[in-house]
Amino acid sequence: MRLGPRLEQRVATALLWVMTAMTIGVLVFIIVFVLRKGLPVIDVGFLTKNPVDMGKGGGIFSTVIGTVSLTAFAILIATPLGVGTAIYLTEYTWENAMTRVIRFGAECLAGIPSIIFGLFGFILFVTKLGFGWSILSGGLTLAFMILPTIIRTSEEAIKSVPPDYRTVSFSLGSTKWQTVTRVVLPSALPGIVTGVILSVGRSIGETAAVIFTAGSALRIPTSVFSSSRTMSVHFYIMAREGISMPRAYGTAAVLIIAILAVNIATYYLMNRFIRRYS
Amino acid sequence: MNRLERRDRLIRLALLMIAFSAVSVLAVITIFMFGEGTPVMFKYGVKSFLAGRDWYPLEKSFGLWPMIVGSLYVTAGAMTVGIPFGLACAIVLTEFSSRRVRRVIKPVIELLAGIPSVVYGFMGVVILIPFIREKLGGPGLSVLAASIILGVMVLPTIISISVDSIQAVPAAYREGSLALGATKLQTVKMVILPAARSGIIASIILGMGRAVGETMAVIMIAGNAISVPHSILDPVRTLTSNIALEMGYAAGEHRQALFATGVVLFVIIMILNTVANVTSSRRGGPGR
Repeated sequence: MRLGPRLEQRVATALLWVMTAMTIGVLVFIIVFVLRKGLPVIDVGFLTKNPVDMGKGGGIFSTVIGTVSLTAFAILIATPLGVGTAIYLTEYTWENAMTRVIRFGAECLAGIPSIIFGLFGFILFVTKLGFGWSILSGGLTLAFMILPTIIRTSEEAIKSVPPDYRTVSFSLGSTKWQTVTRVVLPSALPGIVTGVILSVGRSIGETAAVIFTAGSALRIPTSVFSSSRTMSVHFYIMAREGISMPRAYGTAAVLIIAILAVNIATYYLMNRFIRRYS
Repeated sequence: MNRLERRDRLIRLALLMIAFSAVSVLAVITIFMFGEGTPVMFKYGVKSFLAGRDWYPLEKSFGLWPMIVGSLYVTAGAMTVGIPFGLACAIVLTEFSSRRVRRVIKPVIELLAGIPSVVYGFMGVVILIPFIREKLGGPGLSVLAASIILGVMVLPTIISISVDSIQAVPAAYREGSLALGATKLQTVKMVILPAARSGIIASIILGMGRAVGETMAVIMIAGNAISVPHSILDPVRTLTSNIALEMGYAAGEHRQALFATGVVLFVIIMILNTVANVTSSRRGGPGR
């Protein structure tokens, strides 16, 4: 049966919209489901008490600390490297074979699955360098994982700073570095921060790379050499071993809320940034 | 040469070194993976590693065939789910929606990418698996369950790169087609999608990379049985789950065999990445 082109268009448009609606429906369903089951579990005690008895009782405080310290460590390492790379690629060189190699490297790194990062971090940091399961090992592994995101977003942010800004700065007698630090970077800052926040989101949710490098100790970490369990690892272990379903839902809800906050912050910053330069 | 100029030179040098950080990390990862994984592969023969059907690591029998097939099935399944829905969303976002609607849908879809994979796996465990077990039979933990969940997980990758490449199609193509009297749908089918083809293909290949590499969600829902599945309701173990499940207690050659599993995975991913990179840098790629 052949439909007329107009009717065909109506049918196809309806179908496309239904599929889009289903996609959005899945997302809304996941968020609502986790929050509805998890929010009733969350109270001050849940957030401020340590897990008791492998997570059967108590709260998730030590895993929150674990997540925060691991993420902070990874961001501290990856941001200077990522932003530095972006500055070099955009301000200090032009497109040539070397920049293509650097970009290709970053792109490949972005495609590597987290379990490979986990294996690599385990063999290099945990065993070869002797850091053991620790925030140091996990943080370095995570830093490598988020590096491509930070490079890409910073590069885009720096590129979108209008060239006139640089010209004016140079004409006032500034050196390259003065121009970069006092003119380009401040203007590109919201875009760079967006990339950093995105990476925070990725670090919070990461499990495979972290479980083999930071371990799963339930104590509050005392130094970068302590092993530490993150929220997502804690959630995985509780759900998989069926330790406590309500507490698993509670942890999942905290994770989802953190991710939502990260995404809203990113979206807000990105919009402000785009509005400024267009 | 004054002080400022000298400082600028030093900074340029330092930045150049930093710029190679990503490439160096990639190189170090490659060296370590191959260094740890390949000796045991060569010791027992690459062929028996890749084509062997038995995985009894404690008895030195390292056959990865069931896992390779498992990853393949699960990825193919994820693509069956992910491609139609991903392209539908990309087309709606670029061609069939107003700016206002787009401003709502786009961040919502980006949010899909932010949900941790353990949460996806958990949703599979509490909702999808009981459903499959009751309505379709089998253990529930299956190729089907993994395909559906992975299909959702690859959507953000497919959508965002397809959207970029559709948006990179020059407006003149669209206007020309509409001016000739084509409907919007005809324009999309005959002008826009062919023009954005290589970007869309790249998005699909990168989506495949995500599906092959996904670990935590797959462990939770695929069942992890070491056998070549006969139907989509059978449980299956992927390359990634093989590593993650046994890494905790493996030692000696068993551990090296897991690194060898990682090498196979790594090679698959690098091939997919390179193909995606080459496709998308051809004409019609996402605006580059």
